[in-house]
Amino acid sequence: MSEVATGLNAAGIRADARRERNALAGLTSPTFLVLGLLLFLPVGWLFWLSVFDDTGLTLENYRRMVVEPAYISIFRTTFELSVLVTALSVVLGYPVAYMIAFLPPRAASICLTLVLVPFWTALLVRTYAWLVILQRRGVVNSVLMDWGVIDEPLQLVHNFTGTTIGMLHIMIPFLVLPLYANMRAIDRDYVRAAASLGASPTATFWRVYLPLSVPGLAAGTVMVFVICLGFYITPQFLGGGRVTTISMKIQQNIATYFDWGAASSLGVVLFVVTLAVFWGFSRLFPLRRLTEVGGP
Amino acid sequence: MGMISTFRAAILLSVAATLPAAAQTTITFASYGGAYQAAQRKALLDPIEKMLNITIKEDTLGGVADVRAQVKANAVKWDIADLGGASCARGSAEGLFEPLDYSVIKTDGIDKAMATKDWIGVIYYSTVIAWNTQKYGQNGPQTWADFWDTKKFPGTRSLSRGASETFEIALMADGVPMDKLYPLDADRALKSLARIKNNVVSWWASGAQSAQLLKDGEADIVAIWNGRAGAVIKDGAKAAITYNQGIFNIDCLVIPKGSKNAALAQKAIALMVSPDLQANIPALIDYGPINAKAFDTGKITPEAATKINSAPVNAAKQTNMNFDFWRDNLTKLTERMDAFLQQ
Repeated sequence: MSEVATGLNAAGIRADARRERNALAGLTSPTFLVLGLLLFLPVGWLFWLSVFDDTGLTLENYRRMVVEPAYISIFRTTFELSVLVTALSVVLGYPVAYMIAFLPPRAASICLTLVLVPFWTALLVRTYAWLVILQRRGVVNSVLMDWGVIDEPLQLVHNFTGTTIGMLHIMIPFLVLPLYANMRAIDRDYVRAAASLGASPTATFWRVYLPLSVPGLAAGTVMVFVICLGFYITPQFLGGGRVTTISMKIQQNIATYFDWGAASSLGVVLFVVTLAVFWGFSRLFPLRRLTEVGGP
Repeated sequence: MGMISTFRAAILLSVAATLPAAAQTTITFASYGGAYQAAQRKALLDPIEKMLNITIKEDTLGGVADVRAQVKANAVKWDIADLGGASCARGSAEGLFEPLDYSVIKTDGIDKAMATKDWIGVIYYSTVIAWNTQKYGQNGPQTWADFWDTKKFPGTRSLSRGASETFEIALMADGVPMDKLYPLDADRALKSLARIKNNVVSWWASGAQSAQLLKDGEADIVAIWNGRAGAVIKDGAKAAITYNQGIFNIDCLVIPKGSKNAALAQKAIALMVSPDLQANIPALIDYGPINAKAFDTGKITPEAATKINSAPVNAAKQTNMNFDFWRDNLTKLTERMDAFLQQ
């Protein structure tokens, strides 16, 4: 496409290229239109609501986030939770994806289905199920007390711990799926080559396999982290009031403030922070590489 | 063929719904859904449809924000909305409601504080002390001071994570008399809450959650809405409640500003708060009639009345929530409560 067409039928080729460009523009314009209408317009409107009220331009909604102690700690909680859940997803999800990638196709598809089953279950149902498992008279505490491991029930839920467990359960498929797709495409010959040149299994993994799986890992990590930033139902039900995330505060501000500004300013900050995370990630792992599943 | 004829019927119906004659005799009522709205349908809406010869369509809402959105967008779909007391006070201050016509709506038997220029109460619910009877037997905590007393009543607690109700409770626990709560002393309330914080297993976010905590024995003592506690007890949970030091809250009715059937809505509201229809409520759901004359209609037996929160014998033990206070202070105190919970 980039070569300049010369020769006898140059004009015909140029006309073809033009037609192709127009056709592509025509095919993609609905998507851009929808994105524009459904993403950029609402975000712009959100921003407008957060800086204008009945009296005119105001920064009150942003000032509140700085002066009220609750907000700083809500932002901190949201980020701590997201970082922790993302890290644990990697620790728990990577071996799962790795194992499935090496299984024969039939076994692999059974395992993938097992990963996906919780994915198909309603979020609220899974959240309540964790309550049944983790609460004071729940399954875990009953078993541990029956076995005499503990005398007093452990506080596993209505706090940060319970929220982390519930979110982790929800987020692991989001890490495993892109990672698995990536690993499937890794040419096994690279691993064999490393081994035949004398690398130990550990060295082969760390120096050959892991680097080749980075694109999938990065895609999964970004996805998990960004989704975590917006969590609402799980911390609401498993946090016991001790865990407040930005989304919960947005909901609360809609319910308690007179105007939309108090909630939309939080939405704007969350949006900007999410963009910043994406930008930071794309600096570390260029987006071009993320799309090139299968390595260099 | 079946599908086509259904489709045709649907079109005919939707055309019929837009005919002016039908529009005049149809009003839309929005409430909180669930068992509550089902009870309202039976107790209030069904009889009113017959009495006024109209159709009442139903919708559900999440709070005053929904009414505000419709009014501000000039797209009012609802003719009557059921809201919480604090929401009514707030919406009233924002000018979101049509004034009520008290030449149509009769208020005999209704507390004056619960019938204002643009909202009127429809039911009472109470925030009460509920306890696990397996743990404490029938003699559970009888006051909020007992709720705070972890020596006398060892065990886990649960309170609402919202500021309203919880601040009143914390002050009563600290010895403030029921009739001297307002204006609430927020500093004192938070200090009082700090004393019980370590015993609170969960700060509940919804009525359903408070019910689950009580039912599963996760919390031994819960500050809970009487309707939720009643449902749990009926369901077989080992729990009991007291109306002692309960806090009366209400749901109220409003006509969103710009309602196209405001005149008809006034008539419907008049019937909704009338003693005769009010007396239908307690048999269907654990909420009390807003109209005390409902207890004189003969529909409620004296024995049943002893269990109803707004029956005179129980009402005397409780106090009213001050909605105007919360209208003016909710945002500020919510931020303080949040900061407290985050510590």
